[in-house]
Amino acid sequence: MPPVVRLLAKRLGTSLVVLIGVSMLIFAIARVIPGDPARIALGPNASADQVAALRERLNLDQPIVVQYGHFVADLMRGDLGVSLYTNRPVTTDIVQFLPATLELVLVAGVMMVVFGLPLGVVSARYRNSWIDNLVRLVTLLGVSAPAFVWAVILMLAFAYFLPLFPIAGRISDTMTIPTVTGFLMVDTLIAGDLRAFGNAAWHIVLPAFALALSGIGQAARLTRSNMVETYDKPYIEMAQSYGFPERRIAGRYAFRPSMIPSLTIIGLDFAAMLGNAFLVEAVFAWPGLSRYGVAVILRKDLNAIVGTVLIISAMFLIVNVIVDLLIAFINPRIRYSQRAS
Amino acid sequence: MRRTLAILLRNPLSLLGLVLVGIVVLSALLADFITPFPAHAGAVVDFANFNKAPEWPYIMGTDLVGRDLFTRIVYAYRISLILGVVVLALAVPVGVAIGLLAGYLGGWTEYLLMRLTDVFLSIPPLVLAMSMMGVLEPTLTNGMIAVTAMWWPWYTRLVYNLARSEKEEGYVLAAEIIGASRLHVMFREILPNCVPSIVTKMTLDLGFVILIASSLSFLGLGVQPPTPDLGSMVADGAKYLPDSWWLTVFPGLAILVAVFGFNLVGDALREVLGAEQ
Repeated sequence: MPPVVRLLAKRLGTSLVVLIGVSMLIFAIARVIPGDPARIALGPNASADQVAALRERLNLDQPIVVQYGHFVADLMRGDLGVSLYTNRPVTTDIVQFLPATLELVLVAGVMMVVFGLPLGVVSARYRNSWIDNLVRLVTLLGVSAPAFVWAVILMLAFAYFLPLFPIAGRISDTMTIPTVTGFLMVDTLIAGDLRAFGNAAWHIVLPAFALALSGIGQAARLTRSNMVETYDKPYIEMAQSYGFPERRIAGRYAFRPSMIPSLTIIGLDFAAMLGNAFLVEAVFAWPGLSRYGVAVILRKDLNAIVGTVLIISAMFLIVNVIVDLLIAFINPRIRYSQRAS
Repeated sequence: MRRTLAILLRNPLSLLGLVLVGIVVLSALLADFITPFPAHAGAVVDFANFNKAPEWPYIMGTDLVGRDLFTRIVYAYRISLILGVVVLALAVPVGVAIGLLAGYLGGWTEYLLMRLTDVFLSIPPLVLAMSMMGVLEPTLTNGMIAVTAMWWPWYTRLVYNLARSEKEEGYVLAAEIIGASRLHVMFREILPNCVPSIVTKMTLDLGFVILIASSLSFLGLGVQPPTPDLGSMVADGAKYLPDSWWLTVFPGLAILVAVFGFNLVGDALREVLGAEQ
């Protein structure tokens, strides 16, 4: 078996164990809800018989272990149950709302890498100069406010006072794009409508940047501190004494080993962004999972809560497996130790 | 301790951090004396002065029922700090103990405890806290419980890694050889060497707890009115942008100032304590 496949199998196995744990945890949390979900769903005017019937239909009258068994059996068939809030299958709801959130998070993730890593490299290259201090100050500010504060500030500055970007939504109302993937920036391209693509991209800039700011800060700070550490290593001194250009030393020899912790934190930040997207979506009226998630939590909609959290956690785990594989590609030590074992 | 403080005072950025943290903590402590309208921290209505832009004596303007925003922000600091301190007081001992057990004992204990930690770490923090708040009634106490539940794993992971490297050190072997109990080795030998890292993380985290708690209340899942809270103030004010900008900008900046201050101090501490090790 090739080492990469073995690594992949091992990581997927661990992720599966963790995902089962997550499902148990979230299932347990959802089942200790005070108040009867069936009563909440039917409203105060429903008769006791109706409530009892719904309880039976939802298996709420059985022990929690049996309920979890039903849940897993349904899950294997791709069935997350029916949302008591929308009266539709939870999977239908998630398929409708998730792509908007995912698109936002992915664009923010790209911003995090594109801005965060170079900022960290520049900061380390010119360490202890005014450039370094400026970058450190800005990146620290980035991590010091929740995404919704940045969303409000960016909206005030670049949508109201300087009307450069739209205030809300994913695309202008006048444009209708047939849904294929749910990712507007992909669907507009499939439809061959470049104007609509530009419009969607224009809409996503502010919310994605608000979401990315703390990640940019984290990635830059971590990259800087790792690179500063790497700069003290003898092989950098050797490269310098050979007279290699500073650009090449910074960009290649010092940067590559520093990437590994940065990649790990990017994976973790991705998880944080999946949650923080809730905050940004609320400010920019972004039609993603946020409104749905908050609504189902306030209504104690068990199936929807469990389904939403499970999907979000699964995505986080998938991203981390990808990050682990990337690290293995970058780091020869990990690559070869897998081969040896 | 005195040397650490001296180093902190020399660096302009960490000095700024100390000043900001000082302002936040002092204003929270002295809220009753420094705010012009202490009663406005509660359910007061003054429709004659509602939705006013900043002007004397309302230096940050008034909200939609005429309460002084400055007063409410200062009292919100008090609530946030109490929440932050309580959450860390609960989460740190639990996280540290689990991390020590997993890191020092190893084997099955390690596998079970660390997979449990992974479970908590693989639900986005805000989502975990949100689902818990959905289950519990949104009150200050429950907010503390929800944030604590998502916070301990970070300390477990930190102490776990420290304990794993410390247990190979000579002093641990020496203690084991003279027959010290496992508990003694964990809590009297290894733990003291983890304290600087734990304290640094706690300083940074005080800011982040405030940040997460304000995010919860921003979504309507945290502290409920009329208790003043920075997150819900931003959420309420966001509906009135851009005209009543002060409703969101000042509470938003208040969060930024507090978290920024704790981050600056935590950063400086990390550098000072890291250099000492």
